[in-house]
Amino acid sequence: MITVAPEVNAANTQKLDLTNLTPEQTALQIKNLDLYYGDKQALSDVSMDIPKGQVTAFIGPSGCGKSTLLRCINRMNDLVDTCRIEGQILLHGENIYDKRVDVAALRRNVGMVFQRPNPFPKSIYENVVYGLRLQGIKDKRKLDEVVEKSLRGAALWDEVKDRLHDSAFGLSGGQQQRLVIARSIAIEPEVLLLDEPTSALDPISTLVIEELISELKNKFTVVIVTHNMQQAARVSDQTAFMYMGELIEYADTNTLFTTPSKKKTEDYITGRYG
Amino acid sequence: MEHNINKHISGKFNEELENVRNHVLSMGGLVEQQLNSALDAVAKGDGELAKKVKENDYRVNAMEVNIDEECTRIIAKRQPAASDLRLVVAIAKTIADLERIGDEAERIAKVALDSFTKDQQGLLVNMENMGRLVSKMLHDVLDAFARMDAQKAFEVHKADEKVDREYEALTRQIMTYMMEDPRSIPRVMELIWSVRSLERIGDRCQNISEYVIYFVKGKDIRHVSQDTIAKTI
Repeated sequence: MITVAPEVNAANTQKLDLTNLTPEQTALQIKNLDLYYGDKQALSDVSMDIPKGQVTAFIGPSGCGKSTLLRCINRMNDLVDTCRIEGQILLHGENIYDKRVDVAALRRNVGMVFQRPNPFPKSIYENVVYGLRLQGIKDKRKLDEVVEKSLRGAALWDEVKDRLHDSAFGLSGGQQQRLVIARSIAIEPEVLLLDEPTSALDPISTLVIEELISELKNKFTVVIVTHNMQQAARVSDQTAFMYMGELIEYADTNTLFTTPSKKKTEDYITGRYG
Repeated sequence: MEHNINKHISGKFNEELENVRNHVLSMGGLVEQQLNSALDAVAKGDGELAKKVKENDYRVNAMEVNIDEECTRIIAKRQPAASDLRLVVAIAKTIADLERIGDEAERIAKVALDSFTKDQQGLLVNMENMGRLVSKMLHDVLDAFARMDAQKAFEVHKADEKVDREYEALTRQIMTYMMEDPRSIPRVMELIWSVRSLERIGDRCQNISEYVIYFVKGKDIRHVSQDTIAKTI
């Protein structure tokens, strides 16, 4: 309405036009995605563009399809026998559901972190370099370098640098989750998927992870599913609200949490029943 | 989009929002009463009533402090979003304006404590007319707030223009008066301050109407033309 004075533009963000991103701004394009578990349709006609180098949050009630959608992005749903998918997800303009796509390569490019921290029963060091060892990298100096860089990137370095060869299970839940994030970013994916990464953590560890997410977005495109609406409001640049398998509203986070345009979104984020 | 504050899953939250809204309405009622008493006191030269207005101002102030605290509590405990957030923000701003309207009413009442000569009475009558106009604005904006009616709020917004015109006319009249009879200046100055207060109340009612529109429509329409506001509504 009135032009924003730059010196008081608190949000300090350039609003992206989510319906019309340029190819340089786009990390992922989801196009008319339908997903069925057996006869049951879990996602219907979801289309959205996810911008590069930003945090995009999916919110919605249980069973709305947000985790399912997240899992589609690195083809985790392939592991479900009854799952059938129609539509496309484009990464660099190529459909990740194309038959020629190497799923392992895709998952290297699109990392994922789950709700419960799942470190491997190995040392902290070995957890971080696991992906690199799979790639056949043996150079000790290179591995050391990646361990430090990844642990620093995951805001864990200072806490564990003196015990890198201790078991990962000796870490607290919040530390384990950051270790898992370090493991994911060690192989330098482009996209990082976070499936309720803090729901098993205490409030302080949660804040540390949230802080980390804001740091990560400078290097990666982050997509996060969360049950905690305030968390979505705090960490994300844009938010998608899903309901019963449909994408109801997708907008920049500031707008969605102050002036949502759809009644269903309003009811959900204000804690009303429709 | 309709706004129903009574449909939260948390009944306690419904109650808190309902309470704070009711408190704003009682505060509005009290401020309206203060303004009308001040205007009556001036019209009738009723010094007793004027003193009462002065004494009651502390109640307005206390209400502002209490409601502010309620708003802070709701933000801290409920983290309101969307229309709930806009409601709380609109309330916090509205009560600041209401409190200032209370102060202006007190200022106006002071005129009743002065004695005016017969021919100065004419000025008082004109001031009373302007006063009724402003009082209606306040009444209407509180009504718009109670019903959360953006259309009605916009009507109030437009009414301020009339008050401004009235203010200019009255100021001119008072200036002529002072030029004719410089000895009257000290007393008439008191009057001009009161007229100024009325004009400010009009502006504050306009502010409140903007908060109502902000709550209902989710659009900040401060400092924009009325054509743009009309489009929003």
